[in-house]
Amino acid sequence: MYQYSQADHQLLLERVTQFRDQVERRLKGDLSEEEFKNQRLRNGLYLQLHAYMLRVAVPYGLLSSEQMRTLAHIARRYDRGYGHFSTRQNIQYNWPKLEEVPEILDALAAVEMHAIQTSGNCIRNTTSDPLAGVARDEIADPRPYCELIRQWSTFHPEFNFLPRKFKIAVSGAIHDRAAVAVHDIGLRLVKNDAGELGLEVYVGGGLGRTPMIGKLVRDFLPVHDMLTYMEAILRVYNQLGRRDNLYKARIKILVHETGEEKFRELVEAEWENIKASKLRLRDEDIDAIRAHFKDPEYEDLADFDETFDQHLLTDTDFAKWVDNNLELHKKSGYRVVYLSLKSPDQPPGDVTADQMDSIADLADRYSLGQIRSTHRQNLVLSDVKLTDLYELWQELKNLGLATPNYNHLTDIIACPGMDYCSLATARSLPIAQALTDRFENYDYVNDLGDISLNISGCINACGHHHVANIGILGVNKKGIEVYQLTLGGSAREDAAIGKIIGPAFTADEIVGAVGTVLDVYLQNREDEEEDFLTTYRRIGQAPFKEQLYG
Amino acid sequence: MGKYIKDRKPAEDSWLPYTGLEGEGDLPEGDIYVPFDAWLDRREDLLKRNSRLGVILENTDDIYALEPDLERLDLIVLQFPKMTDGRAFTQARLLRERLGFKGEIRAAGDVLQDQVFYMQRCGFSSFELRDDQDVPSVLKAFDEMSVTYQGAADTDAPIWRR
Ligand code: HEM
Ligand code: SF4
Repeated sequence: MYQYSQADHQLLLERVTQFRDQVERRLKGDLSEEEFKNQRLRNGLYLQLHAYMLRVAVPYGLLSSEQMRTLAHIARRYDRGYGHFSTRQNIQYNWPKLEEVPEILDALAAVEMHAIQTSGNCIRNTTSDPLAGVARDEIADPRPYCELIRQWSTFHPEFNFLPRKFKIAVSGAIHDRAAVAVHDIGLRLVKNDAGELGLEVYVGGGLGRTPMIGKLVRDFLPVHDMLTYMEAILRVYNQLGRRDNLYKARIKILVHETGEEKFRELVEAEWENIKASKLRLRDEDIDAIRAHFKDPEYEDLADFDETFDQHLLTDTDFAKWVDNNLELHKKSGYRVVYLSLKSPDQPPGDVTADQMDSIADLADRYSLGQIRSTHRQNLVLSDVKLTDLYELWQELKNLGLATPNYNHLTDIIACPGMDYCSLATARSLPIAQALTDRFENYDYVNDLGDISLNISGCINACGHHHVANIGILGVNKKGIEVYQLTLGGSAREDAAIGKIIGPAFTADEIVGAVGTVLDVYLQNREDEEEDFLTTYRRIGQAPFKEQLYG
Repeated sequence: MGKYIKDRKPAEDSWLPYTGLEGEGDLPEGDIYVPFDAWLDRREDLLKRNSRLGVILENTDDIYALEPDLERLDLIVLQFPKMTDGRAFTQARLLRERLGFKGEIRAAGDVLQDQVFYMQRCGFSSFELRDDQDVPSVLKAFDEMSVTYQGAADTDAPIWRR
C-alpha cells in the first residue's frame, strides 16, 4: 500500500489548516455561502436535506485496518454511528456538524486520509478495480498508475475549476470491475503484440441525464505517456467544455458535439506540445511508485484443504457463501472474500461503526491488514487463506456481513434518494428494502445467477441504474413517485446503457414488475448457464414488454 | 482605485485601461492596455507609441494571436468572469510555458483569496482583487500550501522528478 512521504503529510496538514480557516471565515460571515460552497465542495462537504454530508476519499478503494478504525471512530464520535460506502469507493457521513469538520479532517490526516476533491468541479478521486494486485485475470496492477494520477490531479492548479466534475477510473484486468466505460476518462491497461504495457483510453463516458459510453480515443497509449495525454485531454476540455449550461458541461457532451474524430485531433495536437515534457513518465518514476505496491509476503500454500472441503459438505450455509462471495486469488491457497453490505437489515452500502472496527480486526487477523471498497458498494478482504475461510465466515455471519449474494439480485446498488438527498424525486432505499424482502429466498436468487439491479432516486443516476441489467429510476409524476424500468445495461467490459421498457410503475407495482422481468428471463433462458443479460440480448425487449404490459 | 497586488506585494496600478479606440483619434499618453479586438484593429498605431502596452483578453480569446508581438507587450490581463470559470488558468500557463511571455500576467474579475494560490502557480504575477477581499489574508494565501505535486508555470517537474 502507498505510504505517505513527508511531503504528502505536509500537504494534508496544510489543507486542514486552510479548510479550518475557511470554516471560520464562513462562521464569522466573512465568506458568503455561495463562496464557501465552492470551497467546501472541493473538500467533499455537501449541504443536504437534513445536514451536511462529508465524503471522504478512499483512493482507488484501498484501506488499511488502521484507516478503517479511524472511519469507525468518526462514525461514532461525529456521526450517528454509521457510514455509507458509495459507488465511487468513497465513504460518506450524513450527519457531521460544520464546526467539527476540521477536527474530522485532523483525525483523517493522522491516518493519511482526507476529503480532497471528492466533490466539486475538479478531478475527483480516482477509482479502480477492487481486486487490483490479486486478480487472476490481471494484465498489470493498476494501483501504481492510480497513485500517479492521484498525485498529478491533487490540487492541479490549472484543472481545479473545470466546467464540471471529472471522474477517472483505471482497470488492469481482462474483466472490468471498475466500470471504466462510464467515466470521463477510463483507462484499461493492455499489452501489445510486443508485450509492452499500454493503455486503452476511453473518454466521455458518464451517466446522469445524458448517459453515454466512453469513446475509445487511443487503443494503445504507452504507459509512459499516461499523464501527458491526460493533461492534453483536460486542457482541451477546460478550454472548450461548455459552461453555459450545467447539463451540457460534462466532457461527454464536448466529445459528442465536437465529434470523436475532431476531438481526438484536438487532443493529439495539444499532446504534441507536451508529450516530451517532464510530465512524461520514465521507467524509474513508475518503478518507484510500483515499489509501494509490491506483493505482500504470501505463504506457499496448497490450493486444497481437507477441512475446508469437509465444511463445504456439512454446512450448507457456508457452502452457499463460498459459492457466491468468493473469488479465486492469483496465489495458490488464498481467496478473495466479498463482504456483502447488502443485508436485509441495513441500506445498501451502510456500515456501522462497530462493524467497521470488527472488519478492521478481521483484516488484521485474516487478510494482511487491508480492506478494499468496490463500486457496487461492498467491501473486500483480498488475501484470505483457504484454511481460514470457515472461521472468517462465522465471524462475518455474526456481523451481518455474510449475505451470500455477491453479483446476485439482492446485491443492489441504491442511492440515498429521498431519505437524504435534496435532489431526489423519489425514494430509493425503501424500494431496495422491498426488493430485498421479496427476494430473500436463497435458492431463487441463486438460480437467477449473475445479475445486477440498481436504483436511483432521480435522473442524476448516482445509483447507476443505466448500467444495470435491471435498472430502476424514481421520478415524480404529478406528485406521486413512480419508477421507470430499464433493461439491458452493463457496467462491465461489454458496457451498455439500458433501455426504458415502457410506462413507469408505482411504488406498489415496481417489485412485482421486477418479479415479472425475472419470470420472463427464467422462461426464456436456454439453460442455467445463460445469464440474464445474454438472454435479454438474444430475445430483445418484446417478451418482457408483453408480460409487463400485456 | 481597487486593491492590487503585484509580485506578492500591495502595489499601485499605473496602467490605464483604454477602450476609446473606435475612432481615428489620438491615443493617450502613458501605459495603456486595450481590449483584444482593439489590439487587432489598431495594432500598427499602438505599436508606434513609446509607452508600455498591454492587452486584456476574454477567456475565450486565442492567446496564440499575440505570439508575434509578445516581445512588445508588457502586460496581459486575463479574466475570471466568475470564480468557477477556470479557463484563464490554461491561458496563463500557455502564455508562460509555451510562448515564454515574461511580462506581467494579471488576474482580473472574480479574484478571490481561495484561488490566488492556483493562479500564481499558473503564471499570474499580479492580481486585481475584488473590493471585499482582505489584502493581508490574500498575501498569506500565496503560501498556504508549500507542497505541490505537478509541474506548472512555477516549476516544470512533477514532485517525483524533483
Ligand atoms: C446525497 C447527496 C448527493 C448529491 C447531492 C448528488 C448529486 C449528484 C448529481 C447532481 C449528479 C449528476 C452530475 C452529472 O451528471 O453531471 C450525480 C451523479 C452521480 N453521483 Fe451523486 N449525489 C449524491 C450522492 C451520491 C451517492 C450516495 C453516490 C453513490 C452511492 C453518488 C454517486 C454518483 C454517481 C456515480 C453519479 C454519476 C456520475 C456520472 O455521470 O458518471 N452520489 N450526483
Ligand atoms: S440519484 Fe438523485 S436522488 Fe439519488 S443521490 Fe443522486 S442526486 Fe440524490
